[in-house]
Amino acid sequence: MTLAASATSLDDIRSTFGFFDSWQDKYAFLIDIGKALAPLPAAYRVDDNLVRGCQSQVWLVPRFDGDRLKLAIDSDAHIVRGLIAIVLAAYDNRSPRQILDFDIEGLFDELDLMGHLSPTRGNGLRAMVGKVHSIAREHTDS
Amino acid sequence: MKDSSWRGDFPLLRNRADLVYLDNAATTQKPTVVLDALARYYGCTNANVHRGAHRLSDEATAAFEAARETLARRINARSSREVLWTRGTTEAINLVAGSYGPLAVGDGDRILITEMEHHSNIVPWQQLCQRTGAVLRAVRVLPSGELDRDDFDARLEEQPRIVSISHVSNALGTVNDLPTLIGRAKSAGAVVVVDGAQAVAHFDIDVAALDCDFYAFSGHKMYGPTGIGVLYGREELLDAMPPWQCGGEMIERVRIEETTFAPLPFKFEAGTPDISGAIALAAAVDYLDRQDGNAVATHEAGLLAYATSSLNQVEGLRIVGTASAKGPVVSFLFEDAHPHDVGTLLDQQGVAVRTGHHCAMPLMDALGIPGTVRASFSLYNCLEDVDKLCQAVRTAKSML
Ligand SMILES: Cc1ncc(COP(=O)(O)O)c(C=O)c1O
Repeated sequence: MTLAASATSLDDIRSTFGFFDSWQDKYAFLIDIGKALAPLPAAYRVDDNLVRGCQSQVWLVPRFDGDRLKLAIDSDAHIVRGLIAIVLAAYDNRSPRQILDFDIEGLFDELDLMGHLSPTRGNGLRAMVGKVHSIAREHTDS
Repeated sequence: MKDSSWRGDFPLLRNRADLVYLDNAATTQKPTVVLDALARYYGCTNANVHRGAHRLSDEATAAFEAARETLARRINARSSREVLWTRGTTEAINLVAGSYGPLAVGDGDRILITEMEHHSNIVPWQQLCQRTGAVLRAVRVLPSGELDRDDFDARLEEQPRIVSISHVSNALGTVNDLPTLIGRAKSAGAVVVVDGAQAVAHFDIDVAALDCDFYAFSGHKMYGPTGIGVLYGREELLDAMPPWQCGGEMIERVRIEETTFAPLPFKFEAGTPDISGAIALAAAVDYLDRQDGNAVATHEAGLLAYATSSLNQVEGLRIVGTASAKGPVVSFLFEDAHPHDVGTLLDQQGVAVRTGHHCAMPLMDALGIPGTVRASFSLYNCLEDVDKLCQAVRTAKSML
């Protein structure tokens, strides 16, 4: 059973995560929503698009559609793709202001995500968030 | 051999009873005697060494130098003057590259390493090449994880001045045939450096029999504390080498115009050394010396064989590194799962392994893989640990 559609909504993630209490269910869900993520075309999987600070390879390609940031993010590891799905649910197709105002740490706490991730994985997730923030910030200062 | 008779000697394994620790190639746990040696040193003997204005300092110095003798005996160095304390393998290789390197190589000279080296046996040589114009070459690795001997011989024809090779590969466990490789390298006129980081916990090292010129290792991978390691160096070479770091301890007479340096080994030990670390490392060596070496070797070989056959039964799993001679290390991959995913799911199940490139990116490139999951064993592991690993691997696989 695949729990996720290709773009899993924040509400889906919140309610589904809250429903599970074993690490196995949570990881199975992360892997599921990761697998459902649209893969980044090979042409974008280049070093220039790598997010620094992630242990696995994570490629991030930002694009603006009007004032909305459209994000394409991918990784070579399934669990990381699951984390990417969460980041996308929070940030994709939002304005820079909305992105900066969003309480992502609160979301991670609510999902008890960091408790289930090794510190290195947690740092990788924060590196991804940091990258999105810096893009958002570049587009709010002006 | 369901259990290990050595397990009880290691407090961490008692304190973390649920943990299956299979990351021994990264660092080993420490036996009680090593922890006691640290506490006893700070509780009873702590003073700075070689500055003996008082009895306590003399005692600390005696214990520190006795530790050097212990290490010299362990590796069969001709004299303790040939045993230099370093922070570990990394610092030891940097010392050779930094101090001996410029004496040995100039523009266009070759330095030979292999594709299976740990980054700490690659990058110092690259830096030396950048400074001197020397050229770095790497012997090819076969898909089995063994060195390509024909390539090794071909590279020797370029008459490298320095050949630096690992004794045992940290990523795959391959044991290199050092007697043969060193013999050929020396016949070709090279000075031979050995990275022994992964060998010292598992094999008896005899630097005289190996006939290598330098041998580097880390205490923390052989049941000693972190922060202490050894560079063995042949005395004639060490004598000819200039000091590497400068300061106190390593001088004989300092004038503003000129300084004369202390004799070996102190010439290479500027500043206050890791006194407690050296003494505790000697305690680790004493611990190893007291064990029946054959029993340890048989136990570790049994773990390797059992892990290899058990993991081979997991469908879709491929063991990377199938050399005929291996240390107790099993690296593996699933065809369609990223090693990091497998590692994360093993960690959730209380099995500690290492995943990724294992600080050997050129090796991963040569093998055409992103990395591996690596389980590495030690004398305190038991067959049950292997069973738990395999069970956790099956669970991880079913989830991915
Ligand atoms: C083969 C090899 N060489 C060198 C090193 C570096 O050792 P250290 O970090 O203790 O200096 C390691 C450690 O992982 C190793 O396995």
